[in-house]
Amino acid sequence: MAETVTDAQLVARCRAGDQAAWNELVERFSRYVYAIAVQGFRLQGHDAEDVFQEVFARVYERLDRLRSDEAIRPWIAQLTRRLCIDRLRAGGRESPAELEETAGVDERLAALDDALTIRAGLDAVGDPCREILDRFFCQDESYKVIGEALDLPSGTIASRISRCLTKLRSELEGRS
Amino acid sequence: MINYDEQRIGELLRLLPAVPDGWVRAAQELPQARAELAAIVARAEEDAVFRAKVVADLEAALEAEGIDPIPSVVAALRVRLEQA
Repeated sequence: MAETVTDAQLVARCRAGDQAAWNELVERFSRYVYAIAVQGFRLQGHDAEDVFQEVFARVYERLDRLRSDEAIRPWIAQLTRRLCIDRLRAGGRESPAELEETAGVDERLAALDDALTIRAGLDAVGDPCREILDRFFCQDESYKVIGEALDLPSGTIASRISRCLTKLRSELEGRS
Repeated sequence: MINYDEQRIGELLRLLPAVPDGWVRAAQELPQARAELAAIVARAEEDAVFRAKVVADLEAALEAEGIDPIPSVVAALRVRLEQA
């Protein structure tokens, strides 16, 4: 199992000016922020990129104001949500209320929250399972491509995915 | 409570695709960019000609200093200059 730093530990290290911790924090939450913007609020292109960068700029600026280090995740989610709504409002698109009521934003964001929990489990399981499952599920790579990239026979990839899912499931159940 | 069956795990993993190239790196370089902004602001405080040039075109000034003028960085510089 890979050794994982808790969110609170990471925040404390970032606050102390640790660049490596900041890199890890951005890495840990980048997919979450991106998914909220793109899937939750359907932002695209420059709108999504601007929101993504603005979220991390504000996190960096306001880390000292976070009341509880453990609350970094809901704080980032709320910040991203607010910036997405601001962006939609600035573009004169759907009203935020209309958007949230009609487009199932809450349901999508709840699923993304679950997805981040799974992602944290994947990081805890570590490589090679992390890489195999990421390539298959997140990057949509075929058994053949994964086999070539990892120098493994493609015929063994399906069984490795299955074993890695079992391992990941055990990790997740150990957390709940 | 998350349903941790393997099919659902796969579905949830698919919800968090990789972020486009460069976005993560730009966010990770934020502390360095902020330090560079501080240097620009300090120089602008000491050099009126440089300050006028920066105020006239923030994006161009950042690019001239080798900083990517993404909106959040430009906005931060604008705020810093207004406060300076």
